[in-house]
Amino acid sequence: MTAYLLCLVLFSIGLYCILRKRNLIKIIIGIGIVEYAVNLFFILVGYRTGGRSPIFARDQVITNMVDPLPQALVLTSIVIGLAVTALLVAIAIRIYEKYGTFDITKINKLKG
Amino acid sequence: MLEIHLLLIFMIAAAIIAVRVKDLLSSVVAVGAAGLGLSLSFLVLKAPDLAITQLVVEILCLVILIRATIKKDLPFSASGRWFFNTLITLCFLAIFLGAAYFSLKSLPQFGNAVMRVSGIYVENGMIQTGSPNIISAIILDYRGYDTLGEVTVLFTAAIGVLAIVRKIGRKRET
Amino acid sequence: MRHSKEAGMTLIVKTVTRLTVGLILLYGIYIIFNGHLSPGGGFAGGVIMALSFINIMLAFGKEAALKKFNLSSAQLLASAGALIFLLLAMIGFIDGHFFSNFFFKNKLPFDLLSEGNIPIYEVAISLIVGGGLFAIFVALVIEHKADKHSD
Repeated sequence: MTAYLLCLVLFSIGLYCILRKRNLIKIIIGIGIVEYAVNLFFILVGYRTGGRSPIFARDQVITNMVDPLPQALVLTSIVIGLAVTALLVAIAIRIYEKYGTFDITKINKLKG
Repeated sequence: MLEIHLLLIFMIAAAIIAVRVKDLLSSVVAVGAAGLGLSLSFLVLKAPDLAITQLVVEILCLVILIRATIKKDLPFSASGRWFFNTLITLCFLAIFLGAAYFSLKSLPQFGNAVMRVSGIYVENGMIQTGSPNIISAIILDYRGYDTLGEVTVLFTAAIGVLAIVRKIGRKRET
Repeated sequence: MRHSKEAGMTLIVKTVTRLTVGLILLYGIYIIFNGHLSPGGGFAGGVIMALSFINIMLAFGKEAALKKFNLSSAQLLASAGALIFLLLAMIGFIDGHFFSNFFFKNKLPFDLLSEGNIPIYEVAISLIVGGGLFAIFVALVIEHKADKHSD
């Protein structure tokens, strides 16, 4: 129970960084911390005490394994998180080339 | 499970440092330390596939962040009404954590996973697919369609990055 | 600081890179091909292969890395991997298998070539991930020196 709560504290630290910072790179770092917390929460739910990693060996009979399904989903999610971070950094570079700053209160030339 | 709690406290400390430090390079290094703590947590939670993938993806993410933004550091100061905004955000986060505590009570206890679907995968996985690694069997045989979606997302991100930072076809403002 | 006119990093970094970058590439290929026997798989192996080329680019400068493996061949490899993945899945549609295995087991499990469909999928995924991530990195760090005064 305390492991779940600590994981959600990590999530809320990332959420605070997204909401309250003015530098664009700090917002990207906050999104990264939120992704770490969510991936860790999935694996924490699917853990079995005294279990073993879900790989069969050649001449052993294994009875107790941890849950392999959340691990398969989180494997996909880690690589997707990297792709999203790369796209965010590309957008940040373009914004810097156009406005000269990373401050989000000065990026307000959106013309409709 | 004492190691999980220690690693979580280490990750929380690294995340707090990454949020509060004003220098951009230091905060990127602190996020790297949090990623390393996450990889060790995956190893303790008996998921070696994820530990390898998280470690190398963390290295690549750090290299991209440092290499693309390192010359563009800028200092600034906080504006007015700063105290009121921070108080509202902290109240919202406290309400969020309180509601989360009440809803986390209905989850099964930490360590007793209800493996209703995964029990079938673990029993018949090696016989039906022939691969001893159950995770490879799941992501390439039972749930192969999700892997196709993930490859599509990666491809779209690569196309998007190549389209955003290109030089040909950009409008010249004179 | 001693900044000379040559690209890349100092002499120690260059020497160590010359010794170890081939081993990193070999390790990535090992993780891909043993994806169905031990932890690893296509995603981690693809990222490690992209990291070895990025290592050359960081240590020796951009031109030395792009001579070995330029942007259009990275895009070609990524597209080829995606087409192999889709083609292999579509061939399975003929007999009614939706994304599942159809080269049936004719060898023992725990062998390197045991299950026919899964290693081919791993190689295709590694091509997509490695080529795509290297293309992203090259596009992000090529400096736009001509565009600093316009826009």
